[in-house]
Amino acid sequence: MVKITRKVEFSASHYCAVSDLSDSENESLFGKAARPTGHGHNYVLEVTVTGKIDPISGMIMDLKMLKDLINEQVIDIYDHRFLNKEVPPFDRCVPTPENIAVDIWKRMEKVINSKNHELHQIRLWETPDLYVDYLGPNSEQNFQR
Amino acid sequence: MPQLTKRYPFSASHRLHAAKLSAEENVKLFGKCNNPHGHGHNYTLEVTISGPTDPHSGMIIARTQLDDIVERCILSEIDHTDLNSDIEEFSSTPTTTENLALIISHRLDKFWAQKFTATDPRVTRIRVEETTRNSFEVTF
Repeated sequence: MVKITRKVEFSASHYCAVSDLSDSENESLFGKAARPTGHGHNYVLEVTVTGKIDPISGMIMDLKMLKDLINEQVIDIYDHRFLNKEVPPFDRCVPTPENIAVDIWKRMEKVINSKNHELHQIRLWETPDLYVDYLGPNSEQNFQR
Repeated sequence: MPQLTKRYPFSASHRLHAAKLSAEENVKLFGKCNNPHGHGHNYTLEVTISGPTDPHSGMIIARTQLDDIVERCILSEIDHTDLNSDIEEFSSTPTTTENLALIISHRLDKFWAQKFTATDPRVTRIRVEETTRNSFEVTF
């Protein structure tokens, strides 16, 4: 199986806190990330697609098309935004990289999946030392021992 | 479900030397890594945690909890040490990064078995970079 990955960056602010916890409980759970005025990251997003190599073009998917789809579905919505205030569903759930990766999966899956190719993985780097991988809802079974 | 990976730098010295080989054979096998006085690396450890995302916190595991575990089980004992002389598991085996990755995985696995239940998030992979050009991975 051949996979192609496109990498993009976006910058956004957020904070991590649960509304029904106290300030001290949030700080103990999320550390400095709980400060309600927020802070920012340069996120790096890697979108990986699998599929058959087209015998004529030699490509799984036109990388320009993939770039345009990422821009339209993610960058235009996330870049230079305060996620908690401006990007649903993060008015209702905490914008942790786990939740962001799942949200980006949902946005990308609907525009990428076709008879020729499908979304394989979302890797979201929050900082150079922390990233989350998501392979879609079908990967739930991987947790079974 | 998502998997979370955190990267932890640490520094250590070592000397590659196989006790069962002669001095000449060690030089032939390990080259300058067999230098009798040793040498050091800036290693990076990647720890991957899998499990359901807690719907309340939005996290698989709290970062502070993971940092504490890695610090206690691994970094406090390996960072700024000499692997050949300071790490018990290396008393009878060469300090290759293959072996280092296995030792780290065994230590984390043992900690998880003691402290966590089957439904808790768990460590599913570690990866050790010896330099920026080589890395060694263990999946659980």
